[in-house]
Amino acid sequence: MTELLGWVCRCALSFALLVAVGAIAEAKTFRWANDGDPTTMDPHARSDLFVTSFDMNMYEALLRRDRNLKLEPALATEWSNINPTTWRFKLRQGVKFHDGTPFTADDVIFSFRRATAPGSDLAGQLAIVKEVKTVDDNTVDFITDGPAPILPNYLVGIAIMSKAWCEAHNATSAAMLKDDEGYATRNADGTGPFMLKDRQPAVRTVLVKNPNWWGLKDQPIDIDEVVFTRIENAATRVAALLSGELDMVYNVPPQDIERIRNTPGTKIWQTPELRTIFLGMDQSRPELLESNVKGKNPFADKRVRQAFYQSIDEDAIKTKVMRGFAHPTALMVGPGINGYDATLDKRYPYDPAGAKKLLAEAGYADGFEVGFDCPNDRYVNDEAICQAVVAMLARIGVKVNLLAQTKAKYFAKINAPGYQTSFYLLGWTPTPLDTLHMLSNLTQTRSKDFRDGAWNEGGYSNPALDELIKQIQVELDSEKRNELISKALSIVKEDFAYIPLHQQIVVWASRDNVDLAPMGSNDFQLRYVKLN
Amino acid sequence: MIAFLVQRLFQAVLVMLTVALIAFALFNYVGDPISSMVGQDTSVADRERLRHELGLDDSFIVQFVRFVGRAARGDFGLSYQQQRPVGQIILEKMPATLELSFMAAALALVIGVPMGIYTGLHRDTWLSQLLLALSLVGVSLPTFLIGILLILVFAVVLGWLPSFGRGNVVHFGWWSSGLVTLDGVRAIIMPAVTLSLFQMTLIMRLVRAEMFEVLRTDYIKFARARGLTSRAVNFGHALKNTLVPVITIAGLQLGSIIAFAIITETVFQWPGMGLMFIQAVSFADIPVMAAYLVLVGFFFVVINFVVDLLYHVVDPRLRVDRERAVLG
Repeated sequence: MTELLGWVCRCALSFALLVAVGAIAEAKTFRWANDGDPTTMDPHARSDLFVTSFDMNMYEALLRRDRNLKLEPALATEWSNINPTTWRFKLRQGVKFHDGTPFTADDVIFSFRRATAPGSDLAGQLAIVKEVKTVDDNTVDFITDGPAPILPNYLVGIAIMSKAWCEAHNATSAAMLKDDEGYATRNADGTGPFMLKDRQPAVRTVLVKNPNWWGLKDQPIDIDEVVFTRIENAATRVAALLSGELDMVYNVPPQDIERIRNTPGTKIWQTPELRTIFLGMDQSRPELLESNVKGKNPFADKRVRQAFYQSIDEDAIKTKVMRGFAHPTALMVGPGINGYDATLDKRYPYDPAGAKKLLAEAGYADGFEVGFDCPNDRYVNDEAICQAVVAMLARIGVKVNLLAQTKAKYFAKINAPGYQTSFYLLGWTPTPLDTLHMLSNLTQTRSKDFRDGAWNEGGYSNPALDELIKQIQVELDSEKRNELISKALSIVKEDFAYIPLHQQIVVWASRDNVDLAPMGSNDFQLRYVKLN
Repeated sequence: MIAFLVQRLFQAVLVMLTVALIAFALFNYVGDPISSMVGQDTSVADRERLRHELGLDDSFIVQFVRFVGRAARGDFGLSYQQQRPVGQIILEKMPATLELSFMAAALALVIGVPMGIYTGLHRDTWLSQLLLALSLVGVSLPTFLIGILLILVFAVVLGWLPSFGRGNVVHFGWWSSGLVTLDGVRAIIMPAVTLSLFQMTLIMRLVRAEMFEVLRTDYIKFARARGLTSRAVNFGHALKNTLVPVITIAGLQLGSIIAFAIITETVFQWPGMGLMFIQAVSFADIPVMAAYLVLVGFFFVVINFVVDLLYHVVDPRLRVDRERAVLG
């Protein structure tokens, strides 16, 4: 009898355990890693692509981009210009923050003020907005200083925070650096599909699904928990994916792409990235800083710039250096950026003999020497690309002295206000995904206050282009605007203002049972992740 | 004794100040932290304002004095990268590094000393030769290579051990320990082995060489002549005297294990101070780097002090000398 009882008890216990294990097994955990860490949970503190991408899983903005990079409604349902200097946004109803408080127009006003106050790194993006005011409970107006055709593009990156929560926790200003850590650096309260559960900086961050998210009806979230780990060492990151400890990783070192693709259980995702890699030249100084040419600036002569362009074999760079993971380009923006014109995207031919002739015509038949600045830890294979360029330029008689260094030193050297460079490599993604951003930062004549042409390290200056840029800034009709942009891109191309090389290809790696949406903006939106 | 302690304290402060000065001089060359902190759309005016707020446009002397003044009060500032107090970050990471280092040092001693004794006493057996050959491998392969090989074999191929991280840790106050959970013990095995390999070999060969040396001395000959057992001679007399140089080396090595477990921590993503330091270097996160270097200087000073004290305990000859000096 006792034997039977014992047996029944054991069965019941096993069954209970099975159910419990089953119940636990039901919860889907998605584990992923990146070599960077989202250094802060405060969405206004840093304007860094990875930090913003991570934080915008917990926070949301008025608009967002879908998997094809199209703008779509998020916390705003409609938007339009009611007059040239006013954008009106209708706000979504029935939205709650993670702590249960309702989302209102006051939160939008508060978030805008917070994002433009000292301490926030986003202020530069919203410089054109004079004022934000509520029209009624569901409508907000953005008053701009002159027409602002692409304001909605910028608003994608401005997270809406809860006024009540920020005030209650003394986090009303984004903590750039003060005497104390800001509360929002390690805590979050947004409206987004995921909530912050645990944050160990530079080690591990855990998010859980928000069961009250407004978007669940149209887009059910498949995963219950997200565990993010920072793994800097590329070999360890890949090993963790291969061993099954992680479900997804990026960035993927190029030498491991084939291995991951060929290993059963893991796969590769690739998309053309929006970042364009290019070479810039100092065209403003009367004499170059780092060259043996005295008394004149070789780069001021268009023939020299063209010679440099045509001596570079971009296809070889694509196949040998980038191992095929590049999209050669003739323009300073790539497909996916508003204003990109495919009809203009045909590179000038690779022609080293012609390049040598051009150099001779310009008076440098024996070539010359020039310094070359390059980062070695910023872009994919940046140093290798630079070394390839050095070899290619040597063939036309130009001796290039390469200085490849870590990005902290590299940017200190080439950036404003010193612009201490003669020839450099750089990459650019326009923040609002619109060509104007590239034009005004890279090709506009530098202004004394560094507002225009801030990243125009070479000092390229073309008054006709400046005129066009001014027109593009205020043209509200998108067709007319894109026509003007095409004209501008044409000028930049024909003038050899820069030597565009390629757009990188975004490569992500995951286990076979993972479904996600790779985006050219290298933005990882967790709402698209499914674990099968 | 008091005079000894005071002298050591004074030396310690001097060493740390020198380290801080040299470190600060180097920081002028690590690059611009502002460019790591702000985005591409931040205006030049805002960058300069931030530079001014952080005091980065002050002269070197001003910055150094400000740093020392704050450090004396225990305030190392805010990390540029994580935007929280550096002291807090270091306290969080320290248990991880200390646990790993002590495990590695313990492994090196526990395996290295017996191996050294065995190969010292029985120099011509095949086992001795095998151990010596294997130890050469441990010394000649670089740490990161050993680490990656271990990960490949035990994590990817066999799947027995985790390839990164510390596993589940339990917090006791500000200390966090991974040794009390199964997960944590599994996670510490490979990093500890990787880190200990070089020290193990070093200690083994050192003990072996010292044993040869000591076994040739007169007092050992006399002990044998007197008829003492092998065991009494080898372990009671010889071993104690071989340990003096071993303790010196082991002490110095412990300091360098703690300070420079950087590579192992990077390969295994072990959340310790070494990894924190590497991350700070690439970000140009000066407060973290400065605090770390000063802390490392402090560790070395403390360890060497303890080593000096241990001499007196272990080596009877040193004790006698002191007494003679005091009496005579």
